[in-house]
Amino acid sequence: MSDTGAKAGPEPSERTVIGITFGNSNSSIAYLVDDKAEVIANEDGDRQIPTILSYVDGEEYYGQQAKNFLVRNSENTVAYFRDFLGKEFKSIDPTHNHASAHPQESGETVSFTVKDKAGEEEAASTLSISEVATRYLRRLVGSASEYLGKKVTSAVITVPTNFNDKQKAALVAAAAAADLEVLQLISEPIAAALAYDARPEAKVQDKVIVVADLGGTRSDVAIVASRGGMYTVLATVHDYEFAGVALDKVLMDHFAKEFLKKNSGAKDPRENARSLAKLRLESESTKRALSLGTNASFSVESLSDGVDFASTINRLRYETIARAVFEGINRLVESAVKKAGLDVLDVDEVILSGGTSHTPRIASNLSNIFPQSTRILAPSTEVTALNPSEAEARGAALQASLIQDYEAEDIEQSTHAAVTTVPHVANAIGVISVNEAGEEVFVPIVPPETAVPARRTVHVSAPNGGDVLVKVVEGNTHIKVTQPEPKTKENGDSKAAKVEDADDSDEEDSDFSEDEEEEEKREKVWKIGSTLAEAGVKGVKKGGKVEVSITVNSDLSVIVTAREVGGKGGVRGTLTSA
Amino acid sequence: MEATVVPLPLPALPEGWESENNFKAIGKITKESATQRTLEPVGPYFLAHARRARHKRTFSEDDRIQAQERAKKVEDNDDGEISEPEDPMMLQREAKDWKSQDHYKVLGLSKYRYKATEEQIKRAHRKKVLKHHPDKKAAAGRADDDNFFKCIQKATEVLLDPIKRRQFDSVDEEADVEPPTKKQLAKGNFYKLWSQVFRSEARFSKVHPVPTFGDDKATKEDVENFYNFWYNFDSWRSFEYLDEDVPDDNENRDQKRHMERKNTNARKKKKAEDNARLRKMLDDCSAGDERIKRFRQEANAAKNKKRLDREAAEKKAAEDARLKKEAEEKAAKEAEEKAKTDREANKKAKEAAKNAVKKNKRVLRGSVKDANYFVEGDASAATVDAILGDVELIQAKIDADEIAALAGKLNGLKVADEIKGVWKEEVERLVGAGKLKEGEAKALGA
Repeated sequence: MSDTGAKAGPEPSERTVIGITFGNSNSSIAYLVDDKAEVIANEDGDRQIPTILSYVDGEEYYGQQAKNFLVRNSENTVAYFRDFLGKEFKSIDPTHNHASAHPQESGETVSFTVKDKAGEEEAASTLSISEVATRYLRRLVGSASEYLGKKVTSAVITVPTNFNDKQKAALVAAAAAADLEVLQLISEPIAAALAYDARPEAKVQDKVIVVADLGGTRSDVAIVASRGGMYTVLATVHDYEFAGVALDKVLMDHFAKEFLKKNSGAKDPRENARSLAKLRLESESTKRALSLGTNASFSVESLSDGVDFASTINRLRYETIARAVFEGINRLVESAVKKAGLDVLDVDEVILSGGTSHTPRIASNLSNIFPQSTRILAPSTEVTALNPSEAEARGAALQASLIQDYEAEDIEQSTHAAVTTVPHVANAIGVISVNEAGEEVFVPIVPPETAVPARRTVHVSAPNGGDVLVKVVEGNTHIKVTQPEPKTKENGDSKAAKVEDADDSDEEDSDFSEDEEEEEKREKVWKIGSTLAEAGVKGVKKGGKVEVSITVNSDLSVIVTAREVGGKGGVRGTLTSA
Repeated sequence: MEATVVPLPLPALPEGWESENNFKAIGKITKESATQRTLEPVGPYFLAHARRARHKRTFSEDDRIQAQERAKKVEDNDDGEISEPEDPMMLQREAKDWKSQDHYKVLGLSKYRYKATEEQIKRAHRKKVLKHHPDKKAAAGRADDDNFFKCIQKATEVLLDPIKRRQFDSVDEEADVEPPTKKQLAKGNFYKLWSQVFRSEARFSKVHPVPTFGDDKATKEDVENFYNFWYNFDSWRSFEYLDEDVPDDNENRDQKRHMERKNTNARKKKKAEDNARLRKMLDDCSAGDERIKRFRQEANAAKNKKRLDREAAEKKAAEDARLKKEAEEKAAKEAEEKAKTDREANKKAKEAAKNAVKKNKRVLRGSVKDANYFVEGDASAATVDAILGDVELIQAKIDADEIAALAGKLNGLKVADEIKGVWKEEVERLVGAGKLKEGEAKALGA
């Protein structure tokens, strides 16, 4: 996973580290201050820095300044190049580069031809993709160094989960050329999850997280099992259709039609490159405005044929015309859950990350898909949510600060496949307890997809005291579907019990039938599987508790200990591995 | 992870459930029921996992080691280094004698002295205050016992003020290292002892870094650098701290000014003394410095080398000349001897040639006699005479080699005609060569 540059990096004590999210559309830089990750604003005051370089008269511009040059200087502006790193020309998608410098084939890699030197007679130079990335990273690091007041030496950079080794190597090499030591490359969804889990109020829980990273040109969804603070990616899906630019396109079409309606004689602004660029820039800012307010204005001077255009749009209209894109995102998330072999009921948290996640409709759509107990971590649904554009950079900065004291060799060893690849138990391991109805129910202690070695401890009550049986069993879930009984409203009782259930176990079961009563009721229930061991704890005090601790070793042998809380001795037994 | 609480009760132990150790192992987790997946190497819990995996620790071992490491960190933060035993005499000090007190010792920093950081001084002060605060003494039944507390306050006041601290450090004799005595040096350790002296002396330098004394292996450049630095030492040492108290009253201004002048002079004098002391110390040190001696010897050796080279060259030239002369003499002698032997050999060869000619001539004469002077019967005296006269004539006309060749032809011939043929042939040859005139030696050529 981790790769270090060819040359030896600085000593751990001399490192100044930051986290970088190097995105296809926007990038961010973050650092850690007082154990809290902060995203750094660049010279222009931007925290989301467009991943764009532009050359005008030999001057290099980057970020928002470069983005503005897409209108007037598109052929010398390089945009959307991150995904081309380490790829061959035949396997890249140049769609988004239509309105900027076009990628060209050059040997094994991709290059851009731009005039990066001053003077009319100067020939345009051909920049390889790695050179472009190096120049851009240098600017990012320069901004960070300026902000921090010391030279940034090392960074953790986030990459999509489907970045292959060649792409990673190309990124590390580009960073090394920019005089930046890459401590580690981490996956974007995991960085976002880490940013949430590192918040002081967060508790370590076993949970299933869906990270929907909705970016400008691509959307990636990852299903992550978070077990004791360790993350395992269960499934990922990648999509290049339903992303930010698709929403921009919807608005562009909308306003172009509006413009043509108002100015019958004018040319379609979508047919002129410069008009199109203006339309695109303004559409994007209108989209951003619609994420914050319910109304947004759109105004472009001299949109087409010197005709100015101004209009407004409300959020409802926007959501209507962009419905296809939103539904595409819904389907994407659902397909990811399905790919992981899970049900939406299994999901405990949905983290929305990436700029497009600001859109309130996406979050509210997702909260309709997932049960109510699932937390949708987006600004419009959860006030404490992190800024989706910043979560990954924060995660990278946190990871950077965690490993900055490690020698490069230590990082490499710690991230070696021998350490990261471990067995994950397929079935849950838990104990049997008795519910009010006197039925045996399964109480999960080690949830499925937990990486071993793992250790979990629960306290189970024994209200009657005396001798109790600790029966350790395997368990699994299935989705129980019950058709609603017509006109009965006894939901109240069972629901209260269920909420309690949800607090006890890590997995929550719930229904979302509250509003729509006709819908069938789906619940997640635990099925008791094969028995692993039985232990008897004798002489428990009335109202006492029994502590059950299960440790699964890396060879899949299991150690079970059971003792009364506060009591002495206890029972301990080992199950050998098969 | 903390233990979660399950409110649902555990079932009661069934009747007749019995097992050794109260534990029955029934099933096991099979390898097939576990999936190999890759953990994301991110986050503190993964790093803990990696640590356990790499060091092959179990959870409880790792917990213990981590706890120990954390505990150690706390200990490091503790002020262990500034706790030194307090001298009971020191605790009796009066605060008004603060000029004579050792501020570092009061704060328990005597092993750090001028090296103590501000942070250390603050921490030491806090620690001492906590211990010696008058309120605490009062609680122990000793009211109004704030003498040592005042000492602490004074020490902190001096040490936390950079100017006052320098003044104190200037006269802090405890930090001085005395130059080594001859007796000490006699045991060796020259470099170590002097290094300590200069290290302590270096605290007064305005310029940093101060070159180190080095050791036996130091280069000439380093050593020169060191002595140059110290002979031009720029010191901030000053002696205000030893000033006599200036009366602080307005009544006697003259007295005050007198004291001030006196103090200024005293400072100047002390400063001059200090400079002299340093200079003497350096002189002493350089006098005993083996390196300087060695470098001087090396320099001398370099100077002498030229002269020695010249001498050697001269000596070599003389030797060469002598050898050449000898060789010439020897060659001359050899040449002489060779000439002599050659002469003798020539003489012998000439004699041999003469003898051979004589012998050949005898053969020539003998041949005509053998041929009976080419006549039948007894030859007349005139014939004999004519024939011999021709033989003589021919002999005179030809040289030794030809005589030898002719003799070779005649030798062994007995028949007169053959002999005559040879002679005739010879005569004709000579005539042809123009050595004989036609008609000469007609007795033989006929």
